[in-house]
Amino acid sequence: MTDLVNLTIAEALDLLNKKEISSEELTKAHIAEMEKGRVLNAFITETPDLALEQAKASDEKRAAGSALGALEGIPIANKDLYCTKGVRTTAASKILSKFVPPYESTVSQKLKDAGTVMLGKLNTDQFAMGGSTLTSYFGVTKNPWNLDLVPGGSSGGSAAAVSAGLCMAATGSDTGGSIRQPASFCGVTGIKPTYGRCSRFGIVAFASSLDQAGPMARSVKDCALMLGAMAGADDKDSTVANVPVPDYTLALTGDIKGKKIGIPKEYRLDGLNPDVAATWDKGIQFLKDAGAEVVDISLPHTKYALPVYYIVACAEASSNLSRYDGVRYTTRVDGDSLDEMYENTRTDGFGDEVVRRILLGTFVLSAGFYDAYYTRAQRVRRLIYNDFIEAFKQVDAILVPAAPTPALSAEEMKNMKPVDVYAGDVFTTPASLAGVPGLSLPIGLSQNGLPIGLQVIGKHFDENTVFQVADVLEKLANFDKTPRRVKG
Amino acid sequence: MALNQETIKNLSTLARLRLPAEREEKILSDLQSILDWVEQLKEVNIDGVEPLVSVTEGTAPMRKDEVTDGGLQRELMMNAPEEIQGFYVVPKVVK
Amino acid sequence: MYTIEGKTGKWELVIGLEVHCEILSNAKVFSGASAAFGGEQNTQVSFIDAAFPGMLPKVNEYCIEQCVKTGMGLNAQINKYSRFDRKNYFYADLPQGYQISQLYHPIVGEGFIEVTTADGTRKIGVERLHLEQDAGKSIHDMHPSKTLIDLNRSGVGLMEIVSKPDMRSPEEAGEYLRQLRAIVRALGTCDGNMDEGSMRCDVNISVRPVGETNLRARAEVKNVNSVRFVMHAIEVEAERQIEVYENGGTIRQETRLYDSDNGETRPMRTKENANDYRYFPDPDLLPVVLTDEYIENIRKNLPELPEVKKKRYIEQLGLPEYDAGILTADKDTSVYFEAAAKGHDAKKVANWVMGDLFAYLNKECLPITKSPVSAENLGALVGLIEDNTISGKIAKDVFILMIETGKAPAVIVEEKGLKQTTDTGAIEAIIDEVLAANLDKVAEIKAGKDKLKGWFVGQIMKASQGKVNPAMANELLEKKLQG
Repeated sequence: MTDLVNLTIAEALDLLNKKEISSEELTKAHIAEMEKGRVLNAFITETPDLALEQAKASDEKRAAGSALGALEGIPIANKDLYCTKGVRTTAASKILSKFVPPYESTVSQKLKDAGTVMLGKLNTDQFAMGGSTLTSYFGVTKNPWNLDLVPGGSSGGSAAAVSAGLCMAATGSDTGGSIRQPASFCGVTGIKPTYGRCSRFGIVAFASSLDQAGPMARSVKDCALMLGAMAGADDKDSTVANVPVPDYTLALTGDIKGKKIGIPKEYRLDGLNPDVAATWDKGIQFLKDAGAEVVDISLPHTKYALPVYYIVACAEASSNLSRYDGVRYTTRVDGDSLDEMYENTRTDGFGDEVVRRILLGTFVLSAGFYDAYYTRAQRVRRLIYNDFIEAFKQVDAILVPAAPTPALSAEEMKNMKPVDVYAGDVFTTPASLAGVPGLSLPIGLSQNGLPIGLQVIGKHFDENTVFQVADVLEKLANFDKTPRRVKG
Repeated sequence: MALNQETIKNLSTLARLRLPAEREEKILSDLQSILDWVEQLKEVNIDGVEPLVSVTEGTAPMRKDEVTDGGLQRELMMNAPEEIQGFYVVPKVVK
Repeated sequence: MYTIEGKTGKWELVIGLEVHCEILSNAKVFSGASAAFGGEQNTQVSFIDAAFPGMLPKVNEYCIEQCVKTGMGLNAQINKYSRFDRKNYFYADLPQGYQISQLYHPIVGEGFIEVTTADGTRKIGVERLHLEQDAGKSIHDMHPSKTLIDLNRSGVGLMEIVSKPDMRSPEEAGEYLRQLRAIVRALGTCDGNMDEGSMRCDVNISVRPVGETNLRARAEVKNVNSVRFVMHAIEVEAERQIEVYENGGTIRQETRLYDSDNGETRPMRTKENANDYRYFPDPDLLPVVLTDEYIENIRKNLPELPEVKKKRYIEQLGLPEYDAGILTADKDTSVYFEAAAKGHDAKKVANWVMGDLFAYLNKECLPITKSPVSAENLGALVGLIEDNTISGKIAKDVFILMIETGKAPAVIVEEKGLKQTTDTGAIEAIIDEVLAANLDKVAEIKAGKDKLKGWFVGQIMKASQGKVNPAMANELLEKKLQG
């Protein structure tokens, strides 16, 4: 009997179409896995009944020969930032812990329309702020490779669930690295598409000019299938691009001969973790073996990406989170006056990291500091953006590490200063600020047996090249994605 | 840029947060270190560089002047901590 | 020049007005919910207006057009590039915790409104017009300890029109406001209804001794909702400030409210640093860029502005300036007047509108749009006088019957048999009767007392129950007296 929880989506679709398996079976197998995997705390809300209902409906559609979605019958899960109609959506916060949206986000609706089945809502750092899920109101998620380690964040629940086989794919979101870094920590694949590739409508906003929806799955092809269903124009989001969505699977030609891949020198940090450095070198060699041309490039403003990101993201977040005020749909702690009620509700409802970022954001926007911090950061952002535009005149894609270390321990991260935690986004924030697509895939293991991912960055709206290069690397790396812990 | 307790208090008021003293101390120290860290942006030469507001190019897409939404009173009240006959409710505001 | 006499000398007023005009449109400026007034609470609200998680704004093109039209009515520069900024603050009727507005790049730049007062005509400068969201409504008096929130108005488009501090008297400010109201009503961009709150005025006022040129600290008196109150608020606030200065005190910039019951202004309760709005460009919206073609197209199709209409009434219809001013002050009045005057003598129609019609409407507190006499019928009434069907005197009676029955004047004249007699024979017969009954007076006329002729015409009118054309009566009487 096929091991139903170790299939790729592509494989499962094939078996479903051949009627060798049913969506109901596939879904039941994953529900069982979800129950077994509760120790990971990957889910905030499990929806097994809904999933079975959807699975049965999908099987009926197949039986009736009706038109099928591109991912018909595939069980997935959504990061708990995506508003799902009738299903609690918390952003891993206390303030939204009881919120049941009366509407569905555009991207999760597109995945529904594509025929997917929803197993539940996945854990995340609170309001997507963090790199570990330690800030979640619902507790930290554990890394399937080692339960003492974090899965990364903010899409930590998504990464862990995919890695442990609790779902076949998951939606994540990436603002400064929140798909790419956890993908690396958990040995799975994830892509932050070009800014504007997917609609942000109905996704709890953190930083509006940076947030992007993206898939996490166990192969480059699966990500391509997922992104194909998620991407596209939406007349409800003014920042979404009106660029047609190609069939990304067609990009997986297996041939990158002659492609120019840039290696930016600024990413070769002093004291870079040797495992990460070694994996990066391995990846570079793979490119050469595949006939690509490896080119040294420079992205001169790389090191400023982190402070620019934190200023811009926190500024936007401080404004985006003002709506959580105890009046219309959040928890509430009463007060004698309106302002007291606001203060009580928000102080009670937000965790420390959220409070920190709101205050930082408020500061950089406040009178007297706006030009020195916020405007300056936006101008440096343009320089970072220009760096990529320049580089892409010479190369077709860029290869860098996804994270500066393998997964860290929860204990260690709890005691880290914020600035040191933020340093974990050093390789991901530049692409976020420039809005270019970045895909993270596992290439090798650290000396301690932990996954290390590399990131393929492409031009705006050239996810095709990103998928093409990543697909070749995936085949050459031949990374065994089953978490060692599971294998024993 | 040096922060002090008063700055934190002012920021908290603007953001409608009220932290107990120990949390305020910790936040002050965290924010100070973050601000010190972002100081490095002052090294960058930004002469003649325009701020980047959105990576999306182009101009604002427009909607037609048609009523396409509304009649959602019940849905709007579904998650409300308090409601009275379809109104949201807050402590009385004195002007 | 308007000044206030204080203890230490004469003081001058420096006044600027910030007027918020709700845009007339079907839907709100960033969502598809209805922008109509009224409606049961929270039934004209989209999740976007209520700032639910993940909601995003999208610009209503028609609101942009309305702003451009209004800018043209203000003789202002239309900015081809404009952008939206977030104004961050907390209030119960502001669901997002910020208002989407335009600080750095407003859609309309500098312009002016011509204002005429007893002191003459001046151009009052307009600084800018920008597009922003309106807030919802807080209802404080439905519950003893709670405030109720209705978001129907939240997200309706607003045009904020900021004048330069060019006004120097309450009268000037009142006239500016009236002019602005006439302009937006003529253009159809706002209904200018101050009592419904679709047009609201904040008054910025400071004072200074006559001769001083720098600007002193100003008070902002918020949300004054009638022209009369604006003028009075300016008076009392100016007096208050002068008194403070003359007693050795200082005025600091603050926000105040106008209390119409007590006829004074008082400070608003605000928190310290409550005004740091931390404006920054809204990352959910892209810039608005208008083409020359778009702007020209709007200009070509612009409805006639009050000033232009007034000139036309004077030059083409031959109306005196006073009449033209009254008839163009309000769009509904000019629409009515023009319909009534079609094919009739403009001055005669103007007299009927400003006289008998206005008198009735004012007595019954009706707007002209609710007049029981239609414009066509009023015009027809004038027509009946013009073609001598009835006399002016009889017309007044017909008018009253028109109010009561809503019928056309010709119908009433027919039904009541009010037609003037033009039958010479019949008139001569009446004249003969009257002459015969007053032979002594006939003798007096023949002796030179010409004034009695008028008396005779009056008697002829009486004998005929007003149905004789007075001019004809005069003519025939004259003949009879000669012969």
